[in-house]
Amino acid sequence: MTDQSMTSEAPAQGRGKPVAERAGIPVGLKRAALLIGLIIAIALPFMVKNFTIFQLTTVMIYAIAILGLNLLTGFNGQFSLGHSTFIAIGAYTTAILMEFGGFGFYATLPLAALFCFIVGFLFGLPALRLESIYLALATFALAVATPQLLKSAPFEPWTGGVQGLLVFKPEAPFGIPLNSDQWMYFVTLVIGLVLAFFAVNLVGSRTGRAMMAIRDNPIAARAMGINIALYKTTTFGVSAAYAGIAGSLSAVVVQFVAPDSFTFVLAIGLFVGLVIGGVGSIPGALFGGAFLVYVPNIAEELSKGLAGAAYGAILLLVIYLMPAGAAGLVRAIVMKVLNRRA
Amino acid sequence: MIKRSLTVLAGMTALAVAALPASAQTYGPGASDTSIKIGNINPYSGPASAYGTIGKTIDAYFNKLNAEGGINGRQIELVSYDDGYSPPKTVEQARKLVESDEVLFIFQSLGTPTNTAIHKYMNVKKVPQLFVATGATKWGDPDNFPWTMGWQPNYQSEGRIYASYILENEPDAKIGVLYQNDDYGKDLLQGLKDGLGDKVDMIVAEVPYETSDPTVDSQIINLKASGADVLVTIATPKFAAQSIRKVAESGWKPLHIVNNVSQSVGGVLKPAGFENAKGILSTAYTKDPTDPQWADDPAYKEWAAFMDEHYPEGDKSSSFTVYGYAAAQTLQKVLEQAGDDLTRENIMKQAANLNDFELGMLLPGIVINTSDTDFFPIEQMQMMRFNGEGWELFGPVIDGSVGS
Amino acid sequence: MELFAHQILSGLATGGIYACMALAIVMIYQAIHHLNFAQGEMAMFSTFIAWQLIEWGFPYWIAFFLTIAISFVGGVVIERTVFKPLHRAPVLAHIVAFIALFAIFNSLAGFIWDFTIKSFPTPFGQQSLFGSGLISAHDTGMIVVTLVLLGLLFLFFRHTRIGLAMRAAASNPDSARLVGVRVGWMIALGWGMAAAIGAVAGMLIAPVVFLEPNMMLAILIYGFAGAVVGGLISPGGAVIGGFAVGVVENLAGTYVPVVGQEMKLTIALALIVAVLMFKPTGLFGARLVTRV
Repeated sequence: MTDQSMTSEAPAQGRGKPVAERAGIPVGLKRAALLIGLIIAIALPFMVKNFTIFQLTTVMIYAIAILGLNLLTGFNGQFSLGHSTFIAIGAYTTAILMEFGGFGFYATLPLAALFCFIVGFLFGLPALRLESIYLALATFALAVATPQLLKSAPFEPWTGGVQGLLVFKPEAPFGIPLNSDQWMYFVTLVIGLVLAFFAVNLVGSRTGRAMMAIRDNPIAARAMGINIALYKTTTFGVSAAYAGIAGSLSAVVVQFVAPDSFTFVLAIGLFVGLVIGGVGSIPGALFGGAFLVYVPNIAEELSKGLAGAAYGAILLLVIYLMPAGAAGLVRAIVMKVLNRRA
Repeated sequence: MIKRSLTVLAGMTALAVAALPASAQTYGPGASDTSIKIGNINPYSGPASAYGTIGKTIDAYFNKLNAEGGINGRQIELVSYDDGYSPPKTVEQARKLVESDEVLFIFQSLGTPTNTAIHKYMNVKKVPQLFVATGATKWGDPDNFPWTMGWQPNYQSEGRIYASYILENEPDAKIGVLYQNDDYGKDLLQGLKDGLGDKVDMIVAEVPYETSDPTVDSQIINLKASGADVLVTIATPKFAAQSIRKVAESGWKPLHIVNNVSQSVGGVLKPAGFENAKGILSTAYTKDPTDPQWADDPAYKEWAAFMDEHYPEGDKSSSFTVYGYAAAQTLQKVLEQAGDDLTRENIMKQAANLNDFELGMLLPGIVINTSDTDFFPIEQMQMMRFNGEGWELFGPVIDGSVGS
Repeated sequence: MELFAHQILSGLATGGIYACMALAIVMIYQAIHHLNFAQGEMAMFSTFIAWQLIEWGFPYWIAFFLTIAISFVGGVVIERTVFKPLHRAPVLAHIVAFIALFAIFNSLAGFIWDFTIKSFPTPFGQQSLFGSGLISAHDTGMIVVTLVLLGLLFLFFRHTRIGLAMRAAASNPDSARLVGVRVGWMIALGWGMAAAIGAVAGMLIAPVVFLEPNMMLAILIYGFAGAVVGGLISPGGAVIGGFAVGVVENLAGTYVPVVGQEMKLTIALALIVAVLMFKPTGLFGARLVTRV
């Protein structure tokens, strides 16, 4: 961590411009990539095993949370090492409402998002006073405290304490011929696409430009009349809501919530996913999610006794090869190819 | 479409089964003439990675068996995955084992929250979740979860054993409890309370600690201040050793009971200081490899030889290696009994059909018994007292069945 | 009242642990303006090296100073090999590299030395000081060593050329380079010193909490807390912060009803956030003035 600007690389590439434009990849190419990606995403669940569908769903869920973190860190310059907390709040909101409130899953989803937005917004208020490095530590403290809070006596009647809560997985409605894994895959895909679409539009809007202006130069932003406090807390809220939706989805996909599911290891994982995917890149979140799910498995294949060391070594290697994340690498390669043609 | 093909498949299987003579081999997924594929989930990375030793020991034991010709001529193929003690990852790994690797069953998956996460899945899929490595009481519920079975004595039974000892020998005691604030600590504490029954107010203080606490010094000071004269420590090795040392350091002299998890001479009492540990009570069901009294025991020697040859990098002072070894031997017995009928149904049937089965590394007199209604393989324990050098077993082998 | 006094003293003793760690954290922060997540694991690894040396028959003090030397060199080597190539990478990439180092050291230690807890000797003795049962000789020794270390660091940074050069390199690399400071090597030196102080911290902490690969995980979090309360740039503040966290945590665990025992850490962390609300750069920190 550092006390310098968290995203010092971003301004160098084009201050204030939305990422999509500054990258310089032609829009047509992007659309084509999106379309191909979509076709693959829709076809996949009919070609692979249920277990793989489950894994892919998990990748998308992580990607949603990373996307939220990206809005906060990548576009607004606020640091968070505590997003596991918001995932936990989202997951527990869904689990508790389903268990004690008799709610259906779909009804809990917006409530989880709303609740996380409120909590995130409120946490954003004290966060306003903290400089980047202190904010990072304060959020990290939040992540560390979360499992203890979840199992503490006052909350135990609702959270199930250390035992956690079991959650039912919804089946496909209206007799749609999909099994529950396929169904949840598509639910997650649609929600993920909506959230990504929202993020792209947010970043490209006036609001998004204000967010980035605050990131790049808060003093100048204030001079321009931007209400820094409002933008920062709102961004915190939106980011938390993304994480909350991810948490809500994960509760039903995993069918279980417990304090041990939301330790600070998850918060650090999301952070790693953000950096590996590419800070300030919306498609990068998907790569980050995949990294989170698959790389520990690869590390373990390399060596059981040294699984942690293998994971660390892979992480270092990836950082050397693509210091600006996967998105940065892809951008660089595409630009190189395009330039050569031109 | 899927349904129809399933029906066809079921029909074909039925035909195939009917066509075979009664004595021939029947195989579930993962089993064949030459091999049996078994799944396992352990935390090899992350904060709970100390437990990974159990998975590695099991793997080493099956390597030994394979080198000796396998079980009933079949090689054991253990597929062991890392879940980092994170329940969502456990679900992913369990599904990978069942749906992708197509193992016959999952053996010794470790941890209570992690096993809870896959409890329902395994039972819906009708895949055995066999001999889980956790002492929670919920694993012995054959009516509701016929595909899940525990292995070690459950924590509640252990708590009851301490309660009955205290009631018998220290009827006027004031009890202080230090416990780990998780499912294991709370389960054992519950057993202690149940065992005390209407004398439960003998407990004058119960103080939790978190695994994130650097020391339990502050907790011990509070327990001492409560006026307790019996201290029950429900803690993992590091914290148990700290509490033993702090109790001695602060000049407090309670009757100190330390739970079975932390009974290792080399791993707990030696670091805490033998002179500090003198007089401590505990219970055991396995032989402690660091206890000098087993040095000439044939079963101990066999275990030591196994460690030297097949798991030389393993820690011979760790009770986890004994645990993994004994658990693997129990499975060996189940698979031997299953013979050529290697279906998931028969695995569960044989696991629930262990009669007075003795294991070398269990204490003398402790036997494994299971039945259709008894899904608790090891239920006996024996109390013991530390004499400053080794444990002295005393009293009878106690049956701590929940409900008895 | 007696309980209160005991809890304060015990809090100071554990606070000594946090202060030690906080000092190492502030040290690296002085040198590179980063918080090193792997600091605790590096300290743990150093302590294992000391343990191994003692097992091989080295006398305690030789093992002690040899470990400090090895750790210093190790810190410099890590900076030169792992972080120098990342010099131009975004800052966030550095943090990921810290996380990678964390995983590597933790896993390596478990692989080499196993997870069974080991007792680590103390040069001060484990007996209780003055026979009071209140605070042990080791705890007192640890607090004294921490304070001596603090004094030495103060002299080093205020009164030696190299100390001043390190501070210059950290706070303004470009200007420092212009006046002839070899910034790259100053950073490496900072790493070395942080690793050495971490090794001292580890060797003082291990006799209390027992040596095992995960021993520093919780302590690092408390150490961060202490350093933050103190303001990150002030070694003295870090030490005071460390003691404060230890005492507050004990008192919260003893006197806050219902949730106190269960949420000692949470309460301590909440207090830190509260401190930051009033003094956003910690009690002894200084606000950075940025030019537009």
